[in-house]
Amino acid sequence: MDFTLTEEQKALQDTARKFAREVMAPVARKHDETGEQPVEVLEKAFELGFLTEGIPAEYGGSGLSRLDSIILTEELGAGCAGMTTSMMATTLGLTPVVIGGSDEQKKRFLTPLTEKRSLAAFCLTEPEAGSDPLGSTTTVKKVGNDYVINGIKRFISNGAVSELYTVFATVDKSKGAKGFCALAVPKGTPGLSAGKEEDKLGHRASNTTEVIFEDCKVSADHMLGKEGDGFKIAMATLDRTRPAVAALAVGLARAAMEAAIEYSKLRKQFGMPIGMFQAIQFMIADMGMQIEAARLLTCLSAWLIDQGLKNSLQSSYAKCFASDVAMKATTDAVQIFGGYGYTKEYPVEKYMRDAKLLQIYEGTNEIQRVVIARELLKGI
Amino acid sequence: MKVLVTVKRVPDPEAKLKVDPEGKGIVTQGLKFVVNPFDEIAIEEGLKMKEKHKAEVVLVSIGKKDSTEQLRTGLAMGADRAILVLTDDGADSEVVARILTKVYEMEKPDIVLMGKQAVDDDMNQAGQLLAEYLGIPQATFASKVELSADLKSAKVTREIDGGMETLEIQLPAVITADLRLNTPRYASLPGIMKAKTKPFKEIPAAELGVQVKPKVKILKLEEPPKRKGGIKVETVQELVLKLKNEAKVL
Amino acid sequence: MGNILVIAEQSKGSLKKASLSAVTFAKSLAGKAGGEVHILVMGSGIDSVAKELAGCGAKKVWVADDPGLKDYLAPACAQVAAQVAKDCGASVVAATVTAMGKDLLPRVAAKLGAGMLSDIIDFVVEGGNIIFKRPVYAGSIVAHVSLESDLKVVSVRGTAFEAAKKDGAPAEISKVSVSVDPSQSKMKFVNFEEYKSVRPELTEASIVVSGGRGLKSAENFKIIEGLADLLGGAVGATRAAVDSGFCPNDLQVGQTGKVVAPTLYFAIAISGAIQHLAGMKDSKVIVAINKDPEAPIFQVADYGIVGDLFKAVPELVEEIKKAKA
Repeated sequence: MDFTLTEEQKALQDTARKFAREVMAPVARKHDETGEQPVEVLEKAFELGFLTEGIPAEYGGSGLSRLDSIILTEELGAGCAGMTTSMMATTLGLTPVVIGGSDEQKKRFLTPLTEKRSLAAFCLTEPEAGSDPLGSTTTVKKVGNDYVINGIKRFISNGAVSELYTVFATVDKSKGAKGFCALAVPKGTPGLSAGKEEDKLGHRASNTTEVIFEDCKVSADHMLGKEGDGFKIAMATLDRTRPAVAALAVGLARAAMEAAIEYSKLRKQFGMPIGMFQAIQFMIADMGMQIEAARLLTCLSAWLIDQGLKNSLQSSYAKCFASDVAMKATTDAVQIFGGYGYTKEYPVEKYMRDAKLLQIYEGTNEIQRVVIARELLKGI
Repeated sequence: MKVLVTVKRVPDPEAKLKVDPEGKGIVTQGLKFVVNPFDEIAIEEGLKMKEKHKAEVVLVSIGKKDSTEQLRTGLAMGADRAILVLTDDGADSEVVARILTKVYEMEKPDIVLMGKQAVDDDMNQAGQLLAEYLGIPQATFASKVELSADLKSAKVTREIDGGMETLEIQLPAVITADLRLNTPRYASLPGIMKAKTKPFKEIPAAELGVQVKPKVKILKLEEPPKRKGGIKVETVQELVLKLKNEAKVL
Repeated sequence: MGNILVIAEQSKGSLKKASLSAVTFAKSLAGKAGGEVHILVMGSGIDSVAKELAGCGAKKVWVADDPGLKDYLAPACAQVAAQVAKDCGASVVAATVTAMGKDLLPRVAAKLGAGMLSDIIDFVVEGGNIIFKRPVYAGSIVAHVSLESDLKVVSVRGTAFEAAKKDGAPAEISKVSVSVDPSQSKMKFVNFEEYKSVRPELTEASIVVSGGRGLKSAENFKIIEGLADLLGGAVGATRAAVDSGFCPNDLQVGQTGKVVAPTLYFAIAISGAIQHLAGMKDSKVIVAINKDPEAPIFQVADYGIVGDLFKAVPELVEEIKKAKA
């Protein structure tokens, strides 16, 4: 088992780390406070090829392997979780086309995203359908040579600022999963609009809105795969992109740990650096080992995809474990910073707020545990 | 037009360095190495000349095989080819300049772009030595470079004591980059992927026939004496009193 | 051990004070290793500079006075310097680290086939060998080095050697015959844009008041200037402050800026990153004002105040006015 990074992976890690430190981190607080879209950051991310990392090279993307992409995402996560969510959600939003689209559809929907700075949005969640996606009430109806979509999606990352929306709707609720469809809807399609922006606890640099489909009409060649392929495409997309969420969590946890370590060396109480006290040492030791374990799990879940192997179990392990680690590490980091950590002058309170979402989105950790248990208890 | 840019592998300037137990080197375990920041600026300037004047940008590094990493970074930024002159022995500025003289003779560039100093030994000599060996003009500490329309000369603005000086130098010439010359670009993902396909030549130093041996001998490294701790005062009044009566500097 | 040639620097007919540090170094070296100190100054219309240098205690002052040397250009000056080094039997050629010193000295070394060391801060003579001390890795480490070369060229840090006094018995002044034809040169001086300021030069001031990013604007930087002017000191800045446009870049103190060691250094709203420390940690007395009690600067400051600079500095100005009255 070779755990060393290739030259390209090291170079990728370096460039991403610099980008996180020099471009993202300096403006992270500003965008956290205002919620303004970090346009300059995204523009630069596009120039460096980060936004198109999920698009295969033959369609003009950076075509990274999934293992490469989590190396990238961990570094970005250490810079700013919210901005990384915008970037990661773009990959999430375009992956249904990568998985379920025809060659012609890939050219039509993906290549334009490589020509200018573009975000994408994955529209699955609804007000009444979160953990239970089949509770979805968004419908799609065949009308002549077109499909008409009606429904409201909620908590959609990049909801108001995307060039491409992939939406999941049912053609017949009574068919359950077999009625679920995936469609690609470009920005500007009549009937597609964004609703109000969520005022969130964290990831505030990331635009999160409702996406509303009101008699939104697209020609039939916007359906990815056939009617009824939607559920499979959605699940395969989530399996493929879940490692990136885990990687974001690892990066966020690492940033918190690094800040806590530096602070523990500088802050003196009772005549010595607080890093000399076991209470602090044990928190940091736990951070170190849990982050390393989370990273390795994340790498495994990504590597499996690159090998063409099934990774559902491992991607659930990785996402659930890494996000729980991030929540603990960031909370402990605030604790280590003490009073200072509770103020906005230091970065750790933002890390802690950002960590919470990681346990909720992309499949709550409760659902992850359900999925894991189901797999392990097969045959029960 | 051809630009030759030097690239040196140095420890990450952000890292806290420790002297090794023998006292002649630094602890390199777990140490990250990067492209000398001033060389990065030189690479960027070369890339700007590539964009503006279609210059070919050739990178050269002198050292062990691990300098490959830094050359790849330069290639990923957009340089066209890289040369690694392999040497195991320490090279001081003179040896570096002699080796560069040989590379210059091979490549015959119009401009040699170098960082003004390497942030490990901070010698700030190699560019000037090279210019003298080659008998060509030098413009050190450049903060702006403008090539003439016929690409035969350059107007270089330099940061010197008390102000900015502008020189006009005929090419070929050596220009050393100062901090504010430009802001180096990041290596993009496509650039990183392309880097491994770009021409990369390794030349053992012995093949270049440089006879000179290093004259600089490092006898010992030590961490400088720590300042003894100071005190915090509560009020400005107290500070002024201490500055006047205790430190006697006011 | 041969003689020691110091290359002194002048600008527009005025001696640069920094050169006097190299003279002190040379005299100290001569005292320990033998040899005589010679000084070379190059330029045009520099009689008065030569006379000033003649009082420094050297054996001889060499003057290369020629219209062709009016503007400093490295190749021509290196040629003159190398010739004078040979003529005066120098085995060591030294100059102070200034922009000119850094630009010129390596070319002199190349012409002489000499080894060169930059930024010397100290030296000892042990059994006929000179062991030099110089900072490496941004000054976080000090290297003891020797040069295995009969001819040695060194640049010395002005902050490490006191300026030599100029009141000694006048040395012999010898004119160097020079023929420099600038039209033959492949380099041409175009212009020099001076940073206008009536304050003392940063590297020569005995009091420096520096500001960092915490000043938040160029407008606020006037607070730093106010305190500096009150004390007759120079203004310095961190890289962050310069990059933010609060002040011109020749005020930057640090590894890649100026190295200063004044008697009194105020670090105001400066966190104390190692790159800045490298430029001022040898100041005799360091005062830090910062609202972050954990800022690394407090570890090197002799006196520190934790507080808001926007309150503390105006208070300081008032208290100093009172103290001076």
